[in-house]
Amino acid sequence: MTHAPKLSPSRRSVFLCALLGFAVLARGAEAADPITIGAIEILSGPNAKYGFSIKNGFDLALEEVNRAGGVRGRPLAIAYEDTGGSKEQAINAARQLIARTKAPLLLGPTLSTEMFAVGPIANERKVPIIGTSTTANGVTAIGPYVFRTSLPEADVVPVTLRTAQAKFGVKKVAVLYGRDDAFTKSGYDVMKAALEKLGVETLATETFGAKDTDFSAQLTKIKSLDPDAVVMSALADAGAGILLAKEAQGFAPKVRFIGGNGLNSPKVLEIAGAAADGLLVGSPWFIGKTDAANQKFIADYKAKYGGEPDQFAAQAYDALHVAASAINAAKDVTGEAIRDALTKTKIVGVTGPLSFTPDRDPADSSGVLVLEVEHGAFKILD
Amino acid sequence: MLGQQIINGLVAGSAYALFALGLTLMFGVLGVVNLTYGFYFAVGAYLALLAAGAGAPIALALPLAAILAGLVAVVLDFLLLTRLRRTRAPELASLMVTLGATLFLYSAMSALLGSEIRRFPAGLLDNGAFALGAYRISVGQILIVGTAVLLSLGLVSLMGATRTGLAMRALAENSDASELMGVDTQAIMRRVSFLSGALGGAAGVLIGLEYNAIAPYMGEAMTLKGFAIIILGGLGNIGGALAAGLLVGVLEALTAGYVSSVYKEAVGFLLLVLTLWVRPQGLFGRPGARRA
Repeated sequence: MTHAPKLSPSRRSVFLCALLGFAVLARGAEAADPITIGAIEILSGPNAKYGFSIKNGFDLALEEVNRAGGVRGRPLAIAYEDTGGSKEQAINAARQLIARTKAPLLLGPTLSTEMFAVGPIANERKVPIIGTSTTANGVTAIGPYVFRTSLPEADVVPVTLRTAQAKFGVKKVAVLYGRDDAFTKSGYDVMKAALEKLGVETLATETFGAKDTDFSAQLTKIKSLDPDAVVMSALADAGAGILLAKEAQGFAPKVRFIGGNGLNSPKVLEIAGAAADGLLVGSPWFIGKTDAANQKFIADYKAKYGGEPDQFAAQAYDALHVAASAINAAKDVTGEAIRDALTKTKIVGVTGPLSFTPDRDPADSSGVLVLEVEHGAFKILD
Repeated sequence: MLGQQIINGLVAGSAYALFALGLTLMFGVLGVVNLTYGFYFAVGAYLALLAAGAGAPIALALPLAAILAGLVAVVLDFLLLTRLRRTRAPELASLMVTLGATLFLYSAMSALLGSEIRRFPAGLLDNGAFALGAYRISVGQILIVGTAVLLSLGLVSLMGATRTGLAMRALAENSDASELMGVDTQAIMRRVSFLSGALGGAAGVLIGLEYNAIAPYMGEAMTLKGFAIIILGGLGNIGGALAAGLLVGVLEALTAGYVSSVYKEAVGFLLLVLTLWVRPQGLFGRPGARRA
């Protein structure tokens, strides 16, 4: 038998008393009992940069809410739990926030796959959960307590394609997508539906594998069909590879390459360099938006954190304002009441007007911007 | 489009051929199934990336990477296989040892260098391209084909016209007999390891250049393709490996262009299965013959 160092019962109770004392002290220091909501994000590991962008967005909006008097006359607080990007940790985090912290509302998680694990738990406990970065199909179909403020690809891609059709007279396109990745495949489904709806002719549909680095055969075929544009659903790496390859094959600059959200990334510009010029992508938010609310958000963010905000921070910032507005409007601070209030919430955020459809997806895609790459930088297409 | 697809296929095919050349040499002369071969492919690409990052032009980075990859091959061959050769362990033993070593090496490489795709610095190669009528051939593609042709010619003349080549062929025929005839088999084995490692490394640099993507696991899929090619060409058959490499490259391009890009990766293996049914000795092999 091994003896693990253990606190004796009396020691343990002293320890607990001390903890309790701290808790009471901490409580006494504040003006009123805060309303604490939970946030489940990736705050460690390789994808932590998304989680921290989101956390920064929440914290900035939280400051604003509390400076304006909090919610229901009480301060608002966020209890963060880290998932490290794992579904299992996300589930633990949700259980902890619901049972121990008694959070009446959850924000997050960061990834759609995590949401598919956590959403059912929140839904079963009747605690509303708002994803700010979960764009996969079917997220809100988990149940009536699952919301999201991030526009799914199905809302962004049609705007991009419609704009390309109107602006550049795109009539016939070739489609190129990653066949063995859930995200790029669902992006392709959205593109296909949108192209059919717009009456754009698809000359060819070509695919590639997630690990492929050679796109020459597909692009040679596409080039020979002489399309007006090439629509692609790819992650940043493969997308940039395709742009480099099309440059090497000498595609005419008038052939536009149009991407989904996977290509809306600074990484694409970094890798593809000049080959990315002319690329069109749709985005729910852009740092170059000149409206006053957005400019203030960017200035405040820079003042607080030193760096520039990204799309994830902007979406999180808006989501916290949505949450605060719903908590204020709810008849009491229970999950059920907040859920009902959320369905009626309407705000105008930095990503545009925000409200929910009956299916709890964002109702308004008028905030979507089409971006064009010019001289190695994204800018709003006008 | 047909012409352009064939050009694309021939370019990819010459890099495949170069890769298969080293593999078939290693297999034919040393008589081992050495799975670390794909690792030299990745090592070559990363070494060239490092050299290019330090400002070396491609004319220096490519040979430097090939030579260092060759030395890595000599060291790994010595560490992994010397003991097995001395005890005359069965072929399966070398397969298992090199499989384990490869898995370790790939993981170590991705832990050390990261598993994301890396690229050569822009401007390493002239971005220009030559137009031949409706066809385009880029500077990079010319470099690939040129290097592949030069190295294959070099290898063929080495095998056919030098004493080292003669010793290699003798070793391939019968290692005990050649040792009795006064061939320093250890030294020849080191040279063969070096040559095949260098060929694999050079192929890695060329593929890395053509597709502009370098990753630790790039050698894994390539090794499978390489085995398909050397079996198609007839094991240990240098001319066969060259022809089969080009054939697979062109067939892949044509499949992606005219059938569907979904089947591109499958075509080499389909050809392999068909060949093994009809001509088990490979398209270019002679029954019962083992040549190097």
